[in-house]
Amino acid sequence: MAQDEREQVERVARLARLELEPGEVERLAGSFERILEAFAGLRELDVGGLAPMTGPCERTDVLRADEPRPGLPPDELLRRAPERVDGFFGVPKTVRGAEDDG
Amino acid sequence: MAEALAELFAGDANAWRAALLAGRATVRAAVDAVLARLERCERGPGALNAVLAVDAAGARRRADALDADRAAGRVPGPLFGVPVALKANLCAEGLPTSCGSRLLADWCAPYTATAVQRLVDAGAVPVATGNMDEFGMGSSGENSAFGPTRNPWDPGRTPGGSSSGPAALVAAGLVPLALGSDTGGSVRQPAAFCGIAGFKPTYGRVSRHGLVAYGSSLDQVAPLARSVRDLELCLSVLSGADERDATTLPEPPVVPELADEHMTLDGVRVGVCPELLEGEGLDPAVRARVEAAVDRLVELGARRVAVRLPSAAHAVATYYVVAAAEASSNLARFDGVRYGRREGGERSLQEMIAATREAGFGEEVKRRILLGTYVLSRGHAEAWYVQALRVRRRLRDELDAAFEQCDVLVAPTAPTPAFALGEHVRDPLAMYRADALTVPASLAGVPALSVPCGFVDGPAGPLPVGMQVLAPALADARALRVGRLYEEASPWRDRRPPWALPDEVPA
Repeated sequence: MAQDEREQVERVARLARLELEPGEVERLAGSFERILEAFAGLRELDVGGLAPMTGPCERTDVLRADEPRPGLPPDELLRRAPERVDGFFGVPKTVRGAEDDG
Repeated sequence: MAEALAELFAGDANAWRAALLAGRATVRAAVDAVLARLERCERGPGALNAVLAVDAAGARRRADALDADRAAGRVPGPLFGVPVALKANLCAEGLPTSCGSRLLADWCAPYTATAVQRLVDAGAVPVATGNMDEFGMGSSGENSAFGPTRNPWDPGRTPGGSSSGPAALVAAGLVPLALGSDTGGSVRQPAAFCGIAGFKPTYGRVSRHGLVAYGSSLDQVAPLARSVRDLELCLSVLSGADERDATTLPEPPVVPELADEHMTLDGVRVGVCPELLEGEGLDPAVRARVEAAVDRLVELGARRVAVRLPSAAHAVATYYVVAAAEASSNLARFDGVRYGRREGGERSLQEMIAATREAGFGEEVKRRILLGTYVLSRGHAEAWYVQALRVRRRLRDELDAAFEQCDVLVAPTAPTPAFALGEHVRDPLAMYRADALTVPASLAGVPALSVPCGFVDGPAGPLPVGMQVLAPALADARALRVGRLYEEASPWRDRRPPWALPDEVPA
């Protein structure tokens, strides 16, 4: 396995917020390269004049009446959360306070 | 009573509803029988591993309510008393929506998908969720965190994927109807592998609200059944605009053909293209079955027309770039914060997210997230993602041009019959290529049906082959009508797999 293939997969994994195990990096890097190689023909096609088709539905600005209505109850949603802090989703501390610096 | 129940299990959803309305059994008795069979089907060496969860209490409650409605003289819905299995990526009250993933194991949605609600409102009874490739990513069911499902025609083979469980349950005769989702063929290919009918509607026909997203520009909720007339019935219930899904079409719902005698294939132009019928990797026995089916359509009055679809050769690459890009974006929501599993909670937020996703996702999901992240990343997006979107338009333009010359396009659903479990697990590219014939309709957003068109010899007995019928966008009824006329003029609908419940469980 070439070093740059491994590094590429590790870089993309960081972007994708995936913490891969070393064995996984090896396996995924191998298949990743084979897939891109097999798909390379796509890049040779002369389709420059065509507008990218993001989806079959090309309508935009689909609106409904702007009327208030009840949403899902917060308790129903928070009940399924891995961590709940009062009426909020709990996450690991992201900001270091003064007491953490000492 | 036992006889009446046996008759139910032998028929399709239309027959099921008719028998209940004729008073042959109560909905409660029928649902109890379904629940007993669902439990038995997962016992013993022949276990299908098709069921992920059963909602016995909810199904019984629903059955009792339907019986009470009937006794009170209320007009029964079009799916009165029909038990349905749901793919585990459809949100439904009372059933966990695991998506075949460790990350969402046991997760129960706080709301019900529009498609499921419409079935329930029409009188259907959701009984169970079916196994699936994790988040819909796979063509064999083997990417489920809960183990592979077996094909009722040959337990050593895959039922196809990603709607593996729903397809196996319908094929085994455990439920007459199931709801799956089709992103690149996830309902059509399992239908073909299991010898049943499956239909991907026009993109936008059926609301995706409450369907856990994989590739949002490709995903469609899609039914599986034992007959095409059941698919028509189901689509008439499912289709129609939904303000909770802005991509649903404003067109009126699909209405099933009302009178059979007005339906004919006279003069219908059936398009056949070499790119789909003579492509690389196509099993000659599969091709022969589909050619024979086209001949049958011609005998029934249709006209064969040759068309071309040159970009079909690039459909697999285009599909996997687009689907992976969309998946990488959609699956970013699984971060261990709002729902599902969390790992590494004692570490920093970023590390917790990465650890959660590492532990929660299986390898194929990670591969597609990586691929999607790569094709969207700076320096690669124009060459890969935008290029794929341009090729996607070219393919759609070619299909539009083909539909100028023909009314429907006919092709095999899959290049081979059901392959063996384990055959492609080490080779993702081989698995991707198995989707070559279903992804064109997905990319273009047009409706496509898979209907059984015969059998080929497998090492352990006959294996079903599926024929695909594609129609222009919004011509869902046309694809279904052609499929139904073919089905009614061919002997395949009533063939049943050799799989049987472990007999006889002592009472």
